Amino acid sequence: MLLSIVFGILFYLAALILIIGVASHIRRYAKTPAPLVIPTTPAPTTRGGVAARMFREVVFFESLFKGSKWTWLFGWLFHFGMLVVLLRHLRYFTEPVWSWVAMMQWAGVYAGFAMAIGLIGLFVRRLAVDRIRYISAPSDYLMVVLLFVIGGTGLLMKYVWHTDIVALKAFTLGLVTFSWSPLPSDPLLLIHLLLVIVLMLIFPFSKLLHAPGVFFSPTRNMKDTPREHRHIAAWAKKLEANAQRVTSE
Amino acid sequence: MAAPGKQEFTTPALKEYPVIPPIQVNAMAHIKPFVAKPDHQEPLGFPGELVDDWKDVALNKMEELLGKYRSLPVFLDSCVKCGACTDKCHYYLGTADPKNMPVARQDLLRNVYRRYFTFAGKHFPKLVGAVDLTEEVIDDWYKYYHQCSECRRCSVYCPYGIDTAEITMAGREILASIGVGQKYSNEIISKVHKIGNNLGLPEPALADTLEGLEEDIEEDTGVTVKFPLDQKGADVLLVTPSADFFAEPHVDGLMGYAKVFHQAGISWTLSSHASEAANFGIFIGNYENMQKVAMRIREAALELGVKRIIVGECGHAWRVAYSFWNTLIGPFDFLDPNYPAPQHICEFTYDLLKRGALKLRPEENDDKVVTFHDSCNVSRASRMGDMPGGQFVIPREILKAACNHFVDMAPDTIHENTFCCGGGGGLLTDDLVELRVKGALPRMEALQQVIENDGVTHMAAICAICKSQFSKVLPYYGMGMDMIISVHQLVGDALDLGAEA
Repeated sequence: MLLSIVFGILFYLAALILIIGVASHIRRYAKTPAPLVIPTTPAPTTRGGVAARMFREVVFFESLFKGSKWTWLFGWLFHFGMLVVLLRHLRYFTEPVWSWVAMMQWAGVYAGFAMAIGLIGLFVRRLAVDRIRYISAPSDYLMVVLLFVIGGTGLLMKYVWHTDIVALKAFTLGLVTFSWSPLPSDPLLLIHLLLVIVLMLIFPFSKLLHAPGVFFSPTRNMKDTPREHRHIAAWAKKLEANAQRVTSE
Repeated sequence: MAAPGKQEFTTPALKEYPVIPPIQVNAMAHIKPFVAKPDHQEPLGFPGELVDDWKDVALNKMEELLGKYRSLPVFLDSCVKCGACTDKCHYYLGTADPKNMPVARQDLLRNVYRRYFTFAGKHFPKLVGAVDLTEEVIDDWYKYYHQCSECRRCSVYCPYGIDTAEITMAGREILASIGVGQKYSNEIISKVHKIGNNLGLPEPALADTLEGLEEDIEEDTGVTVKFPLDQKGADVLLVTPSADFFAEPHVDGLMGYAKVFHQAGISWTLSSHASEAANFGIFIGNYENMQKVAMRIREAALELGVKRIIVGECGHAWRVAYSFWNTLIGPFDFLDPNYPAPQHICEFTYDLLKRGALKLRPEENDDKVVTFHDSCNVSRASRMGDMPGGQFVIPREILKAACNHFVDMAPDTIHENTFCCGGGGGLLTDDLVELRVKGALPRMEALQQVIENDGVTHMAAICAICKSQFSKVLPYYGMGMDMIISVHQLVGDALDLGAEA
């Protein structure tokens, strides 16, 4: 029971730090003005167009596709593999399991492999291409390793050393409903969960901020209508008010 | 091939297919433009020389900028080091110096940002590559933020749209604010503040030059084409880069604009107060200076009582005019709302062509096979016409109307994929010739290809910096400096001045 208390507390703590950390960054991005109109052109001229551009960017990685086909391939495999895997994990937090989550369980397994292949590809590329090796810090390698071990331990539990899935679900449901039950103590599961906690903890302090960041990128989320609409930031407005200015009167 | 003159460097060989070079650490560490003297710094509001407490001043400035420009915290936090940008910069492709890879250039600032402004960098600097702000770092900033032409090519391919130009501008602004500005840009900005153009050309000299141009055209064609200056009540104020007044091949472009105005019968004027479209304020990333430079144009337009403002062929000037003027010096409620404010000279000419108000004889240019160099700022930081991508269509439509033989260069080197000429962003100075020559390599390779395959004889451009840069670097690659021409030179040469419109 001690184990489940420790993990329970760690999960709550990690979730708290993740939410507060990411929210504070989002708040900062949202609060900081983009004083000049700087979309990378050709850019959409309507809000709908911007939404479509952002959708293509986030779902298809449009710019990355233009930039590097290999990185796009591995990156997309990893991200969408991970998305499906995460959705599949919803079954541990819901009772009864939502029907669409139940229906997609089969896909989650393939997604786990896609995720692993993507990560291996990204890691090899980081090591093998001299340009990317040059720009990599230790944290860049460790991040891939961390994700790979999380995915790898998950796959091992699915295929090789099964854990007590019923007990695990009791534990995870307990986390959600604040009624704790014991956590199975196989090392593989503990490693898996511990590293997920680590990932949650470092998310707001690392490059994983690219996930909220992309939505605030002024080169992607601004409309290309500077002639039609006057765009001015609050601090620039203040400058203007203080300056000697010729007017049309 | 050995370089002409006394510069001790080798011009890169033109390859049949572009090759991504393996990195050569510090290949360009010896390149550094002249530092601004107090005379160039102080009129811009910067300290004359390196301040004693430079480290504190730099970090305070960084904090200020992080709060003023959303691009900075978003771009500095979001990069995942995927490497998609690493082979996109013309300076990397031409020099192989890894610090010229966009992400590595950003990292020079990012690593310091992390050290002082992020939890991970404060507590685990080694792990995330955070570094202290030292004199060596400042030196690297100065070198490598002056090996970026702010062309935004990297931002096209970045999955988060990270634009290294924004980082370079911030880096330069921090440098200038601790007293380490760049001589070339800051000297020019101080001239604009004082006299009104980059060259320091006063009104009488300008009037004299324009008179000479009138005579040239009259001699050439027998037609009197006016170059009005400070003419109150004209319909159009033309603001054009001052290089158009005398540099080759720019001046032929200016004569082309004058012929178009003449033929269309639209009254226009230049202004001696705002005799410069260029705005180097953007290069040094300083909002106040950019605004001050641009404000002369608002003042001139109001003083002269014009109805429209048209901007001549200049890449970064068009970015500032199109994207920033409304913010910096707007609103333009005093201009005729039937026309875009401001309007590009190509939009103006294209509109006249569509309405049949200009008669062109493309056979006048039959001695030429023309290609078009998309200028970086026009392509990736502005627009022409009323649809996205009009900045690619309109100049080409004009060229096709003005000459019978037009071909495009390779698709991955035009439109938004275009390569910078190698001289943009405040780098068009003799102390950076080696960088400029090497940075031109990708464009030269694409040009070489159409010369061999299609017999291209001329490359047209709509940017004063591109024109000057190519005139300088073409000979290094064994090509003629007169290959580079203005779009409006071709228009002017094809224009039938005798025809009734």
